[in-house]
Amino acid sequence: MPAAPCPMDPGQMETTLRRMAADLVAQLKPQEEVVLLGIRSRGLPLAERLATLLRTTTGAQVPVGALDITLYRDDLTEMVGSPIVRPTEIPFTLKDRTVILVDDVLYTGRTVRSALDALLDHGRPHRVMLLVLADRSGRELPIQADFAGVRVEVPPGHRVAVRLREIDGVDGITVEAC
Amino acid sequence: MTATRYVFPHKHLLGIEPLSGQDITALLDQAQAFEEVCERPSIKIVPALRKKLVVNLFFENSTRTRNSFEIAEKRLSAEIINFDADTSSLNKGETLIDTAMNLQAMHPDLIVMRHSAPGAHALLSRHMQASIINAGDGSHEHPTQALLDAYTLRKRFGKLEGLRVAIVGDIRNSRVVRSNLWLLTRMGAKVTLVGPPTLVPQEMKATWPTIDICHDFDAVIPTQDAIMMLRAQFERGTGAYIPGQGEYSRFFQLNSARMKQAKKDVVVLHPGPINRGLEITSEVADGPNNLILDQVTNGVPVRMAVLYLLSNQHGEQVP
Repeated sequence: MPAAPCPMDPGQMETTLRRMAADLVAQLKPQEEVVLLGIRSRGLPLAERLATLLRTTTGAQVPVGALDITLYRDDLTEMVGSPIVRPTEIPFTLKDRTVILVDDVLYTGRTVRSALDALLDHGRPHRVMLLVLADRSGRELPIQADFAGVRVEVPPGHRVAVRLREIDGVDGITVEAC
Repeated sequence: MTATRYVFPHKHLLGIEPLSGQDITALLDQAQAFEEVCERPSIKIVPALRKKLVVNLFFENSTRTRNSFEIAEKRLSAEIINFDADTSSLNKGETLIDTAMNLQAMHPDLIVMRHSAPGAHALLSRHMQASIINAGDGSHEHPTQALLDAYTLRKRFGKLEGLRVAIVGDIRNSRVVRSNLWLLTRMGAKVTLVGPPTLVPQEMKATWPTIDICHDFDAVIPTQDAIMMLRAQFERGTGAYIPGQGEYSRFFQLNSARMKQAKKDVVVLHPGPINRGLEITSEVADGPNNLILDQVTNGVPVRMAVLYLLSNQHGEQVP
């Protein structure tokens, strides 16, 4: 896997997403029925872009769903003020499907843990794989990505900021001070 | 992260009156997220209120509201205690405050209460750390009913602003009307109250200046987007205000003949329980324009939204 750059500009992000779509196709068995589930908010446009890439390169129509993990957070009852929840949209069955869970950044692993709980309430998939654009250090749970666009070492006091044109108006990844 | 940083600013839901348009919209938007949970083909439960204790405290009869709250609580994974007024110490002379203090000693997180005295919830909220949800207080407010009515209307029409809504019947005794008036006028709907002069107090215009009052149902029907029929509440003394049930039905019953005068896509609401043949006929109550059972269905996600938004309100908050 060629190393992707960080910071990443819009052209590099496009190249990275194409490479990840190709990696995904290479890993899947022909008989697998695949669905993409984007974790709100930035996982969703990434899942939609990957679905478009898969359609244009292989002709496969891969359904895309949206997962809001707020209600499954492990710190929900400790928060001051309930965060607003947006609808989860999974208008297809997950039973026996191969679910590709998509998010922008993998950090502590807690979001992915919540997402696994959330999606298992919707049905029992054949298997679940994790795809993230940026895989950074700082894991607090034993969770790893199956596909990562870029691996980032983040110094203390810094964060990985992923920006997507659908939400932020521009594509890019940067490491910024918190 | 997935959260938009609006925080619901109220610790209690005592009524619709203290809510802003933004608060109402937030509640309705949350209900939409919870509707997805209720409509799932698989597991209809989320862990949002895990480890939270909810007490259902009903001092007045209720079937659908209480069941609806209980289903909402179960779908949020809350711990539930049902406090039955019939078997409580109230019959032994305990005051409401003493009952409340005893409940408080068990540290509930949320209390859902129905009580016949207007303002009972406001009184309780001054003595409790738990969040209080008003499930109906006398003829004062019934906020979750108004929220589910609004949710049902918004789902059908896409908005509340500019909607023409007639509320018909026993206005005087109805807490549903008061909550709906606060909500609908705040969200820009155009409300007309319809009923016999004895059951529609003129002074309501002083509180809600944008509403119309009309005693001629037939004149109002053709322009309405929604007609909300109310139950004639004989147990609250409605009988004393009208000459008789036959006379009442002749002027204010929603029946097939009146529906012919209405817009084709008018919707018919009723908070239930309905008196078939009195304020509404079975043809209309079961007819193609009715959303009466949709209201019941929508009650669960709306109450989930209320419970969820109030469940993390620690510290000092706007009442």
